[in-house]
Amino acid sequence: MNPPYSVIFLTTLIGVGQGLFLALFFGQSYTLLEHIPLETGVFYAVGSLIALVFLIGGLIASFFHLGRPERAWRAATQWRTSWLSREVIVLPIFMFFVFLYGVLHYFEINPPVFGTAAFPEAGLTIVIGSIGVIACIALFVCTGMIYACLKFLQEWYTPLTPINYTLFGMASGCTLAALYAQQMQSPLLGHMTVWAIILTMTAFLTRSASLIRNYRIKYKSTLKTAIGVRHTHIQQKAQGAMGGSFNTREFFHGKKASFLKSIKWIFMILVFPVPVALLAVALFNQQATMLFVLAFVIQYIGLLAERWFFFAQAKHPQNLYYQTI
Amino acid sequence: MTQLALVIDLNVCVGCHACVTSCKQWNTSGSAGAMSDDNPYAADPTGNFFNRVQTFEVGQFPNTETVHFPKSCLHCEDAPCVPVCPTGASHKREEDGIVLVDYDKCIGCGYCSWACPYGARELDEHEKVMKKCTLCVDRIYDESIPEAERKPACVISCPTNARLFGDVHDPNSEVSIAIREEGGYALMPEWGTQPANHYLPRRKTKKHYHEDELVRVDNPLKKEGPLVADEEGPFLEDSTSW
Repeated sequence: MNPPYSVIFLTTLIGVGQGLFLALFFGQSYTLLEHIPLETGVFYAVGSLIALVFLIGGLIASFFHLGRPERAWRAATQWRTSWLSREVIVLPIFMFFVFLYGVLHYFEINPPVFGTAAFPEAGLTIVIGSIGVIACIALFVCTGMIYACLKFLQEWYTPLTPINYTLFGMASGCTLAALYAQQMQSPLLGHMTVWAIILTMTAFLTRSASLIRNYRIKYKSTLKTAIGVRHTHIQQKAQGAMGGSFNTREFFHGKKASFLKSIKWIFMILVFPVPVALLAVALFNQQATMLFVLAFVIQYIGLLAERWFFFAQAKHPQNLYYQTI
Repeated sequence: MTQLALVIDLNVCVGCHACVTSCKQWNTSGSAGAMSDDNPYAADPTGNFFNRVQTFEVGQFPNTETVHFPKSCLHCEDAPCVPVCPTGASHKREEDGIVLVDYDKCIGCGYCSWACPYGARELDEHEKVMKKCTLCVDRIYDESIPEAERKPACVISCPTNARLFGDVHDPNSEVSIAIREEGGYALMPEWGTQPANHYLPRRKTKKHYHEDELVRVDNPLKKEGPLVADEEGPFLEDSTSW
């Protein structure tokens, strides 16, 4: 496929926003469970605002993917069959709950809703946050399934696709949460940093698994099945157009295999070992703002490369019909 | 249930592109609006086509064969492009099985083109909506044109009659009989899309002669053997066959 930059920014930006929200919510739950000093409402409110900024950024990027953005509202109608439609519905719902979560924290509206022995102070923010978490997970699944449901794009047709989207979002969001906690001098800083390392390393495992899987793919479609002639030597001589067409532009990245390979190594280094090393050093040097900034920025740039590679690696069977002009 | 479709005979197609040009002519002139055509006479011409004829070479020199391969939307019975559409613009008609795009609802996200393994959909770069073969839906039901011409433009224009049009669910239709009796097949059957359009394979015309067909059984004068000169001299009957 030819990687669409609007979708690269959409998926990486909302991933960061989702991951940051999850880090904030689980941070809050953790302070309640472990009875460590509670954070102020402003901490969560500003954090939610940052998450919201990333989500809105992703939403804006998504509009650049549409030929007719003024009709985008129609995209919410086919949720029964289309994962894209489901994403279009879940994204604003999730944004609403992030907004609500932030507002409740800002005005410190947190009446106790239920209390158990383990969760004595479960207030309204925990309830709203829990709904937000469900919406957040649903959004990860929708985003991943948009690609994982296309069975003839064999590189994407695997449960690893939504798993990777989820873990990349959580890892990058948690890295941003560590930077944010460092800026706010939050007692949650250590936890955020350790979880950012754990999530990044887990994402490394699942992404490596999908790379190995894709390396071993046997493609089901060949020129034989594409035109229905059973012969070992078939060569395309003409594709029906002298210049290019939509089919030649949309489905092939136009780069050499060596370029693709270099992008793979760039993201494998920028997304995983570099941020993990920076965060590990930062754990012992918590005043070094630059380490946290670099960890997040480098990981995000790496994720852009990762998403580019994700699209470029997928071989669309229609390319069998467009090999020679 | 009706499923209109094309049956394309690769044995007859000569690759003249008449179906391509007549398709473009009909569909760019219709009420759905023009199909884009950029730099048609300059470098890098590009544009929107519902139908393209591609050419493949099968085999290696000197045992090669050229296969001209017209390619358009196959109007799959289980069309993968339809359920993925977020707006419902891409739909399959209940009454005749034609897969269509509602250009007024399409948001141009391109997801349906990703979901089509055949590359049958092309985004119009100017109107920014997805376009594809309509099986000339604005022509085949038009009662203002003579009944014989109520067929897709590509079918009427084909000079070798390589394109048949009809209902593939009716077992007695011309297309069903052609698929059944001439070895019609579907493209990329591995994805389970059940294309309605079928292709008829290349067929070699061969004749097998049995030995007894080469020797005349009723040969009273044994004339098949080499002629032997008669001692009495040649007669006219020996050298001339009547």
